[in-house]
Amino acid sequence: MELAFFIYFAGVIAATSVLVVATRNPIYSAIALLIMFFHVAGLYVTLHAEFLAAVQIIVYAGAILVLYLFVVMLLNLRQDDRYHRQWPIAAAVGVTLVVEALILTVMKGWTTPVVAAGTETTVGGTSNAGAIGDVLYSTYLFPFEVASLILLVATIGAIMLAKKDIGGDEPQINIQHSEPQ
Amino acid sequence: MIPLSYYLILSGIVFLTGVVGVLLRRNIIIILLSVELMLNATNINFVAFSQYFHDVAGQVFVFFALTVAAAEVAVGLAIIIALYRAKSTINIDELQLLKW
Repeated sequence: MELAFFIYFAGVIAATSVLVVATRNPIYSAIALLIMFFHVAGLYVTLHAEFLAAVQIIVYAGAILVLYLFVVMLLNLRQDDRYHRQWPIAAAVGVTLVVEALILTVMKGWTTPVVAAGTETTVGGTSNAGAIGDVLYSTYLFPFEVASLILLVATIGAIMLAKKDIGGDEPQINIQHSEPQ
Repeated sequence: MIPLSYYLILSGIVFLTGVVGVLLRRNIIIILLSVELMLNATNINFVAFSQYFHDVAGQVFVFFALTVAAAEVAVGLAIIIALYRAKSTINIDELQLLKW
């Protein structure tokens, strides 16, 4: 049963990620990425990371992808996008990595599930979100503050980059940029 | 219980797809979407290891990766809009100002 769920989620994730790269129209790519995000969230649920599954849907599918779709539609692209001229090099790199991964997998064999004695358990007495909160606001308090600073810098930077030049003589396209969160 | 290697193989496939997308496509928006694929592949790895080692730190790191991804998207799309305003294209073959 568990394996059936994993095979379904993994199959859809692999197929949609290939679609993201392969489709010609950027909107179809974004929609394929949306489906992939939902299935990654499903995979998180099977891994008992319910809080991250909710965050994945809210932040990735709700904020990041909407931003992508906004920009794709604002720029009003013609569909003249073809593959890059250097695609043989990309194919060579990809095939090399696949062969390398296969060789490593075959040589090392399949790993058996290792259960180490960690300090914090995700399925202890408290809930998943509670366990994450305990660790996030104690051990990782400083990185948490740094993350908030990163978000502030990104907000200011995005506004500064996307706003119109005052008195500039370049063509004005009248694009307005929206912020995540 | 599903072996850990299944998750690693899945994450490898998704990451590889992202790498190929970055190398192959000429539309700069698709390149950013491929970067998102790679970030998600690492997140799958983090969560799988977090589950198998019973340590919640991996999920906390996914949280931070999500923050960085959101910041990257905001700044990246702002750069794309500024670029489109200046050059009227987002095809990376036509953006060769730094090429010599």
